[in-house]
Amino acid sequence: MSSDARRGIVSYGAYLPYHRLDRTSIRSTLGQGGGAGTRTVAGYDEDSTSMGVEAARRALWGAPTPESLYFATTAPAYADKTNATAIHAALGGSREGFAADLGAAVRGASGALRAAAATGGMAVLSDIRTGRPGSADESAGGDGAVAFAFGTGERVVAEILAQASVSAEFLDRWRVPGEPYSRVWEERFGTQAYLPLITDAVTRALKSAQVEAPTHVIVSSPQARAARAALGAFPTASRADGLELEVGFAGAAHAGLVLADVLDRAAPGETVLLVVAADGADATVLRVTDAITRRPTGDGVRDQLAVSREVSYPDFLTWRGFLDREPPRRPDPERPAGPPAARSQRWKYAFEGSRCLACSTVNVPPQRVCVHCGTVDRAEPVPLAATRATVATFTIDKLAFSLAPPVVDVVIDFDGGGRYGCQLADADPAAVAIGDRVEMTFRRFHTAGGVHNYFWKARPVREGH
Amino acid sequence: MASNGIRDKVAIVGMGCTPFGEHWDRSVDDLLIDAVTECIGSVPGVEKDDIDAFWLGTMGSGSSGLTLSRPLKIGYKPVTRVENYCATGSESFRNAAYAVASGAYDCVMAVGVEKLKDSGFSGLVIPTPANDGTESELTAPAMFSLLAPSYSKKYGVDADTMKEVMTHIAWKNHVNGARNPRAQFRSEVAKETISCSPLVAGQLGIFDCSGVSDGAAAALIVRAEDAHRYTDRPIYIKALSFVAGPAEGPLDPAYDYTTFTEVVRCAEDAYAQAGVKDPRTEISMAEVHDCFTPTELVLMEDLGFSERGQGWKDVLEGFFDLGGGLPVNPDGGLKSFGHPIGASGLRMLFEMWLQLRGEAGERQLASPRLGMTHNLGGAPGACVSFASIVGAERD
Repeated sequence: MSSDARRGIVSYGAYLPYHRLDRTSIRSTLGQGGGAGTRTVAGYDEDSTSMGVEAARRALWGAPTPESLYFATTAPAYADKTNATAIHAALGGSREGFAADLGAAVRGASGALRAAAATGGMAVLSDIRTGRPGSADESAGGDGAVAFAFGTGERVVAEILAQASVSAEFLDRWRVPGEPYSRVWEERFGTQAYLPLITDAVTRALKSAQVEAPTHVIVSSPQARAARAALGAFPTASRADGLELEVGFAGAAHAGLVLADVLDRAAPGETVLLVVAADGADATVLRVTDAITRRPTGDGVRDQLAVSREVSYPDFLTWRGFLDREPPRRPDPERPAGPPAARSQRWKYAFEGSRCLACSTVNVPPQRVCVHCGTVDRAEPVPLAATRATVATFTIDKLAFSLAPPVVDVVIDFDGGGRYGCQLADADPAAVAIGDRVEMTFRRFHTAGGVHNYFWKARPVREGH
Repeated sequence: MASNGIRDKVAIVGMGCTPFGEHWDRSVDDLLIDAVTECIGSVPGVEKDDIDAFWLGTMGSGSSGLTLSRPLKIGYKPVTRVENYCATGSESFRNAAYAVASGAYDCVMAVGVEKLKDSGFSGLVIPTPANDGTESELTAPAMFSLLAPSYSKKYGVDADTMKEVMTHIAWKNHVNGARNPRAQFRSEVAKETISCSPLVAGQLGIFDCSGVSDGAAAALIVRAEDAHRYTDRPIYIKALSFVAGPAEGPLDPAYDYTTFTEVVRCAEDAYAQAGVKDPRTEISMAEVHDCFTPTELVLMEDLGFSERGQGWKDVLEGFFDLGGGLPVNPDGGLKSFGHPIGASGLRMLFEMWLQLRGEAGERQLASPRLGMTHNLGGAPGACVSFASIVGAERD
């Protein structure tokens, strides 16, 4: 097949939050649940939207935001309102772009990948997994996000060879909207239901792709036993690490995270069988191309797993809203208002300052009248979301409200100009110092009146982030 | 009242005023920059750095002088932020004028701004510090709606006639506002539409209430003897008066909700400063605080434009219409402009500026001599009041 006809993944990026829960801490606290290893934990200031932004930023590889963006999660930050538009805005996407959400089910990931592959857009898969304290869902779950940009031609790093699907309606897990965790049927029922579906989809996909023995096999399913059983049909060497021990099952993001991990190390010519088994089975066969050498280094799944900070089980419960702790006696945060947020979209979401065309001073936030020379209305936008900065000074605020006190505030100087004061995310208050290097990260500051206030914080630069 | 006044000591030599309305695309900073830039631009040769000091009126759109100095990049000058409820814009003007009259500064600017639409609230919300939750939750329309039945009863005006009076006031102000390109509402409204509009509080329908809008305005003020160095047609300050009432109304059974005592007191003071003996004949035009239609009616008597108990007749006879004996709210008033607290007082002065210079276009009055502006804030019985008198000639 000529390279012109290639269609597939042209770039990708994963995001794993900084925090890990040691599963043994669940049992030591509750006397039940837990298990071995860790699970990833979204910060108190993160949700599926903000993590989706972080993954999508890593998936751009220097290219502009794709024209279309499909967002899948089982934990949408908003219902009724599209979440993908916030991701699109945070990426600085053009007004003409298309951005939409898919479902609130694990299989939405397949939908996002299919839609993005068909249109040359980006699929953003992001999830936060919760369960009743002490439940299997709680300990086996994980949080994270991944994004894939699709296209054609020489840029394709993983070509789609074939796809096959089976859809089935049966009750293995479900959640009424608004409930904080899902309910599951007896696991053995799910296993026997899924296995024939997986076999059917895999058989047809491999036949269509004319691939007998894929180099890497990924089977991702909320039904862990079914996934393990399906993988058993393949040689041990082909089975991808499902990341269960360090990340956990990351819902709609999981298959993508494992695929990203595989692609991080894959060599040209290798093939990948990707199976998502949720309410049916979707099998995709991919072939890695020579273009895989374009992938950036240093920010892969393993790199991000290597840097982390442990979160206590009570803090984990608090962040997820399962432990209602006494807040400080401070006014409730006020909800952001619609019109000003809309006016400042390029600042609030894309983190654009302005550069004065008369004296080149960078103004953060953007100014109509230059802070340095006073020139009025002669400025150009300057994107700062990807610009690193150095801490000029900082403070630790123990009075300010936070689910993870104390709040660390930093004044930072951007490389190339621009000074700004903001919160420091994922920080160890005892370790902050003048001269620290920071980068910007998109976060959910708080939720008030049902409105999520998204904006940017600084974060210490760490290898792997 | 013990005030010496600053008659003819101070002049306005430049003004700016944004359109008032729902400025979804403008921030407070934008409105301030626009009003100040227009004001400075109206005076050839004047630069921002020529202005010695600034007064900024805003109730809830910012705190401290930095609200103005930061967006405009005003460098190390005194910037005073003032707030006095709905007279906030006038208060910034008053203080700025006094600073020039004192000799402290040669050239100052009074600025007023408010952005009410962004809050998403319907009607005015006064920002309040932490409190015990026992304060009255009466809304502004409810408080001012108390005036109408009291006036009717005291002067024997039946309810239908009272409604007709209120309707005429709203109708008149919309007629005037329809002739003003800076007004929020620029359409004439039929009397039937006004009188049949859904009730908000008491007898007050929607059209008896001023709107919620955003806006900013600014005035450049210098010593009167310097005025002609800036413009051929300055306007001179004849009187500035301000009172804050002791708020005894809510506690005093004798208070009958047919007058604003504070307005009476401050109007008397203003007339004394300006040497006005008979306001009904000597005042050429007035911009008054028509937050609700009964307010404007009561003000006609409190300001001395009508005899007690006769204001309603003057209203119905068109005495305060654009072509009447004493045009009131020729620019359309709060009814047509809405009421961005910090900006309204300066918006009123802007109309005086235009009228006295013969620049009011379609609504220009024939050779006006003295103009009056008036604001009040608070509630009947517990309010602050401001009055100014300005003229085109220096006596």
